[in-house]
Amino acid sequence: MILSGWGRYPRIDAKLSAPRNEKDLRALVLKGNAIARGNGRAYGDSAVSTQNTLHMKYFNRMLAFDAEHGQLVAQAGVLLADIIDVFLPLGWFPYVTPGTKFVTLGGMIAADVHGKNHHKEGSFAKYVEWIDLLTSDGSIKRCSAIENSDLFKWTLGGMGLTGIVLRAAIRLRPVQSAWIEQRTLVADNIGHAIELFEQSHDVTYSVAWIDCLQKGKSIGRSLIMLGEHADALIVPSKYRKTPLQIPRKRKLRVPLEFPSWSLNSLSVRAFNELYYWNGKRKRDQQLVDWDSYFYPLDSILGWNKIYGRRGFAQFQCVLPLKTADDGLRALLSAIASTRVGSFLAVLKRFGAQDSNFSFPMEGYSLALDFPVNKGSLDLMKRLDSITLEYGGRFYLAKDSRMSRNVFQHSEPRAKDYLSYRNKGAIPAVFGSAQSERLGL
Amino acid sequence: MSKGIALILGARSAIAMAIAHLFAKNGYDIQLAARNPDSLAADKSDIELRYKVTVTWHDFDALNIASHEQFVEQLPLLPDIAVCAVGYMGDQTENERDMKVTSMVMRSNYEGPASILAVLANSFEARGSGCLVGISSVAGERGRATNYIYGSAKAGFTVFLSGLRNRLSKKNVHVVTVLPGFVATKMIDGMDLPSKLIGQPEEVAVGVLKAVQKKQNVIYVKPIWQLIMVIIRNIPERFFKRMNI
Ligand SMILES: Cc1cc2nc3c(=O)[nH]c(=O)nc-3n(C[C@H](O)[C@H](O)[C@H](O)COP(=O)(O)OP(=O)(O)OC[C@H]3O[C@@H](n4cnc5c(N)ncnc54)[C@H](O)[C@@H]3O)c2cc1C
Ligand SMILES: NC(=O)c1ccc[n+]([C@@H]2O[C@H](COP(=O)([O-])OP(=O)(O)OC[C@H]3O[C@@H](n4cnc5c(N)ncnc54)[C@H](OP(=O)(O)O)[C@@H]3O)[C@@H](O)[C@H]2O)c1
Repeated sequence: MILSGWGRYPRIDAKLSAPRNEKDLRALVLKGNAIARGNGRAYGDSAVSTQNTLHMKYFNRMLAFDAEHGQLVAQAGVLLADIIDVFLPLGWFPYVTPGTKFVTLGGMIAADVHGKNHHKEGSFAKYVEWIDLLTSDGSIKRCSAIENSDLFKWTLGGMGLTGIVLRAAIRLRPVQSAWIEQRTLVADNIGHAIELFEQSHDVTYSVAWIDCLQKGKSIGRSLIMLGEHADALIVPSKYRKTPLQIPRKRKLRVPLEFPSWSLNSLSVRAFNELYYWNGKRKRDQQLVDWDSYFYPLDSILGWNKIYGRRGFAQFQCVLPLKTADDGLRALLSAIASTRVGSFLAVLKRFGAQDSNFSFPMEGYSLALDFPVNKGSLDLMKRLDSITLEYGGRFYLAKDSRMSRNVFQHSEPRAKDYLSYRNKGAIPAVFGSAQSERLGL
Repeated sequence: MSKGIALILGARSAIAMAIAHLFAKNGYDIQLAARNPDSLAADKSDIELRYKVTVTWHDFDALNIASHEQFVEQLPLLPDIAVCAVGYMGDQTENERDMKVTSMVMRSNYEGPASILAVLANSFEARGSGCLVGISSVAGERGRATNYIYGSAKAGFTVFLSGLRNRLSKKNVHVVTVLPGFVATKMIDGMDLPSKLIGQPEEVAVGVLKAVQKKQNVIYVKPIWQLIMVIIRNIPERFFKRMNI
């Protein structure tokens, strides 16, 4: 069947099975060339293997919760949305969350996802206490910082290439309310944005939306949204009696496939202007419920169809702190001059790398979506070379198009991984369309 | 506060499990009954964590008729609702050749489910309340060359449920007959079927909960199946016998 990631590009004719128990899963793994698939929210081809894609949807049980330490043990196919549904009413929230809640536990581990708090609290890896990994010989290995620790570290961020995560124990964060206290700052340009981020180091959540069509002095003009989990006491009075609950919302659904011209640079420009001025007006404190704060796009089901039939791609890189200012400027100029700018231009401040193959490093990460076409693919190639020039690297969970050459240049870590693997630690029975493309 | 107790027979079935989840979500405590019930440990913790209800598990073999009275006596509490999802399709060609297998199919879909529901019916009748749900199949609506052994057993079960309903309707005990078409479970994994006709286990669960709440008698899961079966039942036998469906 035709499989793709969230970006619906590339579309690959691949074999997909959905085993219902460990025995069947093991038998499939032993056939080789296997890759696990969570909820398919990675943008590209990382959860696709032409010969042997293994859907984890039937491994979706929560196994135990220790309310004293906030430790949850669950099977890898459990959705983050379900974890929040069950545990937020009890006063627990994930320590690290990506920008969508429709991801699986296994997917979050394999991509070692980051949130808006990476600068302060690190990536998902930090809150994983152990995993049970189904390895290439069919055996199940318990991996943690002390047991099979190398395998553990290569699996967190390892994009499914070390084996299949069956179960994991993760730690949740105690929270008093389901609300986030948000402050919005306005940055006139990229330098200003960086300055504001650096001053906001102690704030738990920070993220900037960049108007990526600005040029010259106002290049990188942006809104920076800072957030903290709100105390129960400051929850809006209407909801104070049940601070861990929020009002139900309507879900919208993107009907069919939008024609791709509906996202031309004109509408993007209008969107950006609106956003900017809106933010300027309400720059003071605001209370936002968790769902709107962390997952604004989740309320529009199937928004990936907005980009039309050809699908879309995301470019996400991180630049080291030292070169971030110049590097971001170079990236943004390239984007502004070609005018294929996207809805989503997101800037985040990262802290240090957590696991062996984690994407984040101390520095700044820029992410943008593009409809797939000749112009944007060319632009993304330019962005690749700018990123290399400034010593950056790329997020595999978003990648669908990078060349092997670019990847190998950006990732000295790939060699370490391959030499670890070639020592026999993980024979290459796992592989995705992405790993094949990148030579991993 | 628990809304009541739902007993799920044949709990390892994906349909049964979806029903268990939905009833738990609606506040029912759950009794899971299956062969090798310890394989349900993960499901028990999952349902308990997700819905904050109590889940117990019980060893149950539908074919061991002699044990059924004792099985019901040994339940910690008599359930308010009992759902029987036990079933076994086998392979038609094998069913045609091997009478032992044929008998297994017949007994697993008719004798076993009817026996356990009969025992529960008597207890519910004595108590003067309760609801019994039997998962039969559209396959029992007309015999087709491709699965008439299974179909005939389901037909027997469907008639059994209808009679039971008739008997208990004056006793405040309700009986629901569920006639699913294709449902995406391990029973049809790997079969090449038109995807529009395949329902999800969760849809069956929604239908069952509604039927229990609204005291519906016979439900199909996707409306299209009701239509398909009207047509199939009404094709004259002299044409039907020559068709490949
Ligand atoms: C709207 C949106 C916003 C996002 N925001 C962020 C963000 O802010 N931060 C961030 O870090 N990411 C973000 N992402 C990316 C997303 O978090 C990751 O791609 C995540 O891995 C998706 O999880 P999934 O369950 O859908 O996995 P899939 O997309 O199905 O798979 C992703 C990778 O995980 C592997 N995998 C999945 N399950 C297992 C398993 N059981 N065992 C081993 N390997 C497995 C796959 O092989 C594949 O390599 C975003 C994605 C979207 C669509
Ligand atoms: N899937 C469909 O398309 C479809 C269509 C119409 C009707 N149905 C009916 O729906 C019900 C559920 O089926 P399903 O699709 O979920 O398939 P399933 O997974 O095969 O479920 C059948 C269940 O019955 C159990 N069972 C069989 N014999 C038993 C016995 N002697 N004692 C105890 N349990 C026994 C099986 O237990 P084990 O796990 O131990 O084998 C299995 O869990 C069945 O009655 C089936 O006939 C299904």
